[in-house]
Amino acid sequence: MSRFGTLPRRLVHLLIVMFGITLVSFFLLRLIPGDPALAILGSSYTHTRAVAIDNFLGLNRPIWVQYGQYMGRLFRGNMGFSFFYDESATTVIGQHLGPTVFLVIYSAVLAAVISFPIGFYAGLRTSGILDQTTRVFFTLSFAMPAFWLGIILLLIFSVHLHVFPLNGFGSGLIGHLYYLFLPALTIALGFSTVLVRSLRAATIATLQAEFIDTARMKGIKWSQVLWRHVFRNAVLAVIAVYGVNLAYLISGTVLVENVFSLPGLGSLLVSSVADRDYPVVQGVTLLFAVLIVLINLLTDITQSALDPRVGQEIGT
Amino acid sequence: MTAPAAEPLTPSIGPGAPLLSVKDLHSYLATSQGVVRAVDGVSFTVHETEVLGIVGESGCGKTVTCRTIMGLMPARTVHTEGQVIYHPRNDINLLQATDHEFQSLRGADLAMIFQDPMTALNPVLSIGDQLIEAVRAHATMPTTQARRQAIDLLERVGIPAAPRRMKDYPFQFSGGMLQRALIAIALASSPRLLLADEPTTSLDVIIQDQILSLLLELQQDTGMSLILVSHDLAVISEMCDRIIVMYAGQVVEEGSAADVITAPRHPYTHALLDALPHAGERGQLRSIAGSPPSLIAVPPGCRFAPRCRFATDECHSWDTELIDAGERDHTARCWRQQEIAERQDSWQRSELA
Amino acid sequence: MSAMWVGSPSEVLMRVATKAAGRKRSAVRRRMTLIIGLVMLGIAILAVLLAPVLVSQSPTTIDVLHPLASPGTGGHLLGTDQYGRDLLARILYGGRIDLAIAFGATSVTLVGGTMIGLVAGYLGGKIDSFLMRIVDLFFAFPFLVLIIAIIAMLGPSIFNMFLAIWITSWVSYARIMRAQTVTARKQQYVLAARALGYSNIRVMFRHILPNTASAVIIFSMVDAVGNIILAASLGFLGLGAQPPTPEWGAMISDGQNYILTSWWLATIPGLAVVFVGVAFSLIGDGLADLLRAGER
Repeated sequence: MSRFGTLPRRLVHLLIVMFGITLVSFFLLRLIPGDPALAILGSSYTHTRAVAIDNFLGLNRPIWVQYGQYMGRLFRGNMGFSFFYDESATTVIGQHLGPTVFLVIYSAVLAAVISFPIGFYAGLRTSGILDQTTRVFFTLSFAMPAFWLGIILLLIFSVHLHVFPLNGFGSGLIGHLYYLFLPALTIALGFSTVLVRSLRAATIATLQAEFIDTARMKGIKWSQVLWRHVFRNAVLAVIAVYGVNLAYLISGTVLVENVFSLPGLGSLLVSSVADRDYPVVQGVTLLFAVLIVLINLLTDITQSALDPRVGQEIGT
Repeated sequence: MTAPAAEPLTPSIGPGAPLLSVKDLHSYLATSQGVVRAVDGVSFTVHETEVLGIVGESGCGKTVTCRTIMGLMPARTVHTEGQVIYHPRNDINLLQATDHEFQSLRGADLAMIFQDPMTALNPVLSIGDQLIEAVRAHATMPTTQARRQAIDLLERVGIPAAPRRMKDYPFQFSGGMLQRALIAIALASSPRLLLADEPTTSLDVIIQDQILSLLLELQQDTGMSLILVSHDLAVISEMCDRIIVMYAGQVVEEGSAADVITAPRHPYTHALLDALPHAGERGQLRSIAGSPPSLIAVPPGCRFAPRCRFATDECHSWDTELIDAGERDHTARCWRQQEIAERQDSWQRSELA
Repeated sequence: MSAMWVGSPSEVLMRVATKAAGRKRSAVRRRMTLIIGLVMLGIAILAVLLAPVLVSQSPTTIDVLHPLASPGTGGHLLGTDQYGRDLLARILYGGRIDLAIAFGATSVTLVGGTMIGLVAGYLGGKIDSFLMRIVDLFFAFPFLVLIIAIIAMLGPSIFNMFLAIWITSWVSYARIMRAQTVTARKQQYVLAARALGYSNIRVMFRHILPNTASAVIIFSMVDAVGNIILAASLGFLGLGAQPPTPEWGAMISDGQNYILTSWWLATIPGLAVVFVGVAFSLIGDGLADLLRAGER
């Protein structure tokens, strides 16, 4: 019985979602009130350029032809032209991809490192000091805007204590890890709220399961019971939560990159909004969505790997 | 096809010698409604190679008793008093055993199987992994040897195609197969005492029969003692050497299976036997009217009195104790038992006449 | 088998025992959470509405002579920003926008999303598939990014903020409500209502809705916190209220430039956001406890 039996089905689902995403981002540009060419060109408006844009977007053609054109170009890796940077949008976006991907992975790992031990321990010792303090702490941090938390951390650690740099991406792996620590921590802390709560609840629930008694009954060490039986099952619930909250993670990068002046997709998105660089806005939005879909797929695969029941028809 | 019994890990003290002595056990649970006196002064002894049955309604304290013996009660909300003496290990009192001591006892000396096999196994580990874990709990050995032993155990409990099923997960097994696997896990380290808490209640009748036969067969092969807990007197009467009847946290009758079934002394035991449907009998099933008393606000006197058809005023204020019923080791918690027995005899004689 | 009373197994006793420790202590605390949350929210709403009464200064008056005054100097309780505008006044007036989003955006998406989820879950079939596909589609995008993109296209303004949130946030409610409705549809009381010949609309709104509303109401509190933070985030990025209109997020952004000298400019508006956020959080937790206790 293959554990990955549902993978083909999921890939198909993935393709459908990708299709839908392109549809939405296609329509984004059509949201612009008034003349899109005027909006896109802004100060570099000339009649010739406007006509070129009209043809590019196919505005005088039926809508499905426009969409076809859009999809065709996408397949060739062409996301439009950035008039602001005077380069292809794909190039501009590509240059900003690295820092964001690094930040996302860094934050996800950091969130796990922080929340797993705390959540697990809080679940084991409910009503303990650790449990109570973490609950208060996380209620507060839930209401805290990520960017504000970032500013506070900046204030404390960079401005006053001079432990971490104020901004920038750094160079080399160690450099990245150092420079991105505070931004990743900011996102991770916001994310950790949900993870800690989830793992704590899952741990408490798992501890009451009958199979824990069976495990204890065998006479194996308690540490083995905790790890192989309690944690292995409790963590399953958290993987699902991870996936659901990924949107938060990605949104977090947008704000945090702004606070810490990181040259990533988030900063690009915000600056291109101010610059009225519509093709770039559209391209970045599309890319973010693709990132989320990929991360969701990763979560699904992880869940399948850890839990043999996923995707199986469980009969009586 | 049975494999030879694995070497017992603790020295045998001789057949028939006391193995586990429960003395005046009290188990009180703290709940939001008050203190529940789940087990209120229970005493009994299990001997080597003996099959002891504990029978009673839900909530009578039989499960709490078993869990207390195994040390599986939640420490923070349970208060226990009394003694649970395990003789082969220097008469250690299990109620005062440390976690470390329990860890060496569980599996090797004491084992337990639970009521619902569907939830009694870790869903994300294969049956093989969990069985091997049990095999290696008290003996270091290379993986291949542990695996071989695990397969042997599975075959012994009657699971077909054992090597292939080692890789399967609990959700791929049926209820009956899971219970067999659990028995295999319980026996992995050759315990001297197996506690089976309602092992067949959630299985259908045909499977029930198979599992019970299996348990009996294994018990006879290995010479271990078995405590079988059930609310079903029919099951108990078939399997056990001695029977304990529990009601509202107390033992109300104790004796050999033959004595308790053929010559019950306590009205509750009478009622239980009466309530068993007999093949060929027609008419309404006789159930016991009323329900067990609250274990929080325990009424004074005999706890069964409100439902007992022989109860008198004195029964409600009698400070109960187990009274000898005359035959070898047969006691019952009823001061009118002699009277009732004589009346039963005269009724039966008058019916036959 | 024997006809004895077979009630719940004695395992239940143990589960009750383990829960007993926590339950008794939080019986009082349960109401407390809700009350504290409501009080905090009440303070925030009053402060913001009574702004003209509480502060004499206007939030937009520029005073070039007293820029970046520290808290407490010159009659400015919380100091002034880089243009000499009174910070306290800006906080109180700025709160109007953020609170307006918390209530205005949340309530519309609550009602809209719930309706759609209810209809989809109840009618099932193609309508359900179609609506849920759209919901899934929206969920594929990170909300902030999508909202930014929409505002980018439409142009930054307070109204477009509302619009962008309305367009994107209804999906969470729809999903929750649909799941609830699908479960409810199989319950006895719904089958009974339909057997009695009640119209679909009546069954949906007078039977299913009251019984399933608790989940979405609790979620709306969580969503309100999210929307406050969203409003502040958009303001921070310059995509919401445009200057000189005060707004907490925008104030934090402005304050970031002066973080080395006048740290309070960025910090205090954030505290305001946290205050209102915690208020909604506590209300949500309090409601959750209350409603769940009632369901037992």
